[in-house]
Amino acid sequence: MTDAAHKQAPSGFRFKLNDGNLERLISIASPLMLLLAWEIAARVGWIDVRFFPAPSRIFETLIKLVESGALWRHLSASMQRLFWGFLFGGIPALLLGIVMGLNKTFRAIFDPIVSATYPIPKSAILPLILLIFGLGEASKIVMVAVGIFYPIIINTVAGVREINKIYFDVSRNFGARGWQVFRTVAFPGALPLIMTGIKLGVGMGLILISLAEMVGAKSGLGYMMWNAWEILSVETMYVGLLVIAALGVLFTIILNEVERIIVPWKTVR
Amino acid sequence: MTAQALRDNPADTADVKIRLRGLSKVFETRKGPFVAIDNLTLDIPTGCFFMIVGPSGCGKTTLLRILAGLEKHSSGSVEITKPADNRPGNSMVFQGDSLFPWMTVWENASYGLRMRRRPQGEIKDVVGHYLMRTGLSKFVDSYPHQLSGGMRQRVSIARAFANDPDILLMDEPFSALDEQNKLMLQEELLRIWEETRKTVMFITHSVDEAVTLGDRIMVMTAHPGRAKAMVDVPFPRPRSVLELRAEPAYGEFVYKIWGYLREEVHRARALDEGSVA
Repeated sequence: MTDAAHKQAPSGFRFKLNDGNLERLISIASPLMLLLAWEIAARVGWIDVRFFPAPSRIFETLIKLVESGALWRHLSASMQRLFWGFLFGGIPALLLGIVMGLNKTFRAIFDPIVSATYPIPKSAILPLILLIFGLGEASKIVMVAVGIFYPIIINTVAGVREINKIYFDVSRNFGARGWQVFRTVAFPGALPLIMTGIKLGVGMGLILISLAEMVGAKSGLGYMMWNAWEILSVETMYVGLLVIAALGVLFTIILNEVERIIVPWKTVR
Repeated sequence: MTAQALRDNPADTADVKIRLRGLSKVFETRKGPFVAIDNLTLDIPTGCFFMIVGPSGCGKTTLLRILAGLEKHSSGSVEITKPADNRPGNSMVFQGDSLFPWMTVWENASYGLRMRRRPQGEIKDVVGHYLMRTGLSKFVDSYPHQLSGGMRQRVSIARAFANDPDILLMDEPFSALDEQNKLMLQEELLRIWEETRKTVMFITHSVDEAVTLGDRIMVMTAHPGRAKAMVDVPFPRPRSVLELRAEPAYGEFVYKIWGYLREEVHRARALDEGSVA
């Protein structure tokens, strides 16, 4: 690559920045610059390190937490709750969403319930969930499930309803019945919006799991951060934030890749 | 069984595939009832390539949807002779894009057979055959958005033929295509049709297309849809789309059909303008 560049530009090596490259460079450099500024500001004493410890200190704490195994323990506890919450919230939402999208009667029954409960802030029902499901694993899983349920069901219903009617005509004309229509038209047709729902749902799940673990848990990233506040270990708090942010980015990358594979007709250009 | 024979024996009802008696379809709209089809009586013989020509909004598509079982008629009767074996009654080539965007060419073309749970071997043979006949063998794994409009319509035709229906219903399948593509697809359609000579009901607004493809042409009136004229096409089969156009009789025949249609087109336009104002 650089060889070719040399041959084409005999006057000497010149790295040619096109618009795309420049933008990518800037978007990598800007957070690094911020970190650098933060580090300098912390060391020089421009900011209060009790609230904003230097990035290098946070990184040291991260290493310490990884070595002691504590981070792994909290991370895996959170991930397990997310996983089960995702299944228990996502699958019913998906199935009910498709049925509601296909069937007017089901829509008439469930739509008012979904619409009426959707605007309730999920964080506000945490006390109720703790009351019903106790302080064990169940309450955290339910919390995640509730958060994931709404974006998926709402997007699935919209996804099915947005499918061009002609595809249902085709499937009927070519002999598809019941489950076949579900499997060959409603589900794949709604899949692009279902994926949008899943992405939103996972984001919601991350928010709610951190919150739920802060109140009634003895493990998990949320607990780790809450505990850090109680013992005034600010660096640990930042490690928690960092890991949750990284999880968010990681899930987005994975889900985008999944989308590219299972929705090839929308993403392959 | 030639077109000539059909014309000579218009009363021959021994082998009627589709029999319509006083068929009407009324849609209830906010402005009151809208008569899409009014008292249509019609016999279509088995193996006939039946063309319906009419101005837009004359209920052509509604008629096809009733025959396809996608719409219920309001009054009158529809009788369709059931196929002897358990093959499907009809398959439709829809107007415009009707391929499932989430399926490959192969999955689209094999859809009917897969839904009827035919054996894998049969699906492979039949779908392979029709994709080859429509020149799509190299594109079996492509998705519809990767194909041109003409190729998509070919898949649509292959899908209908591969389903091996008793009757083919075609709803202006070529109307969105450019002239060259249209000619090529008409030619291909005739070639494939010659293999099986299924009963076809084909809707078009193009007189040229009706004369080129059909055995018999019904000209329909606008608002409400009625049969205005029924004409047998005198040209022998197998036909070549291009050579047919070179015949002097072709032009005369097209002119004759246009005579029936012209009035209706004007009337339809007057009605449209009236409803706008």
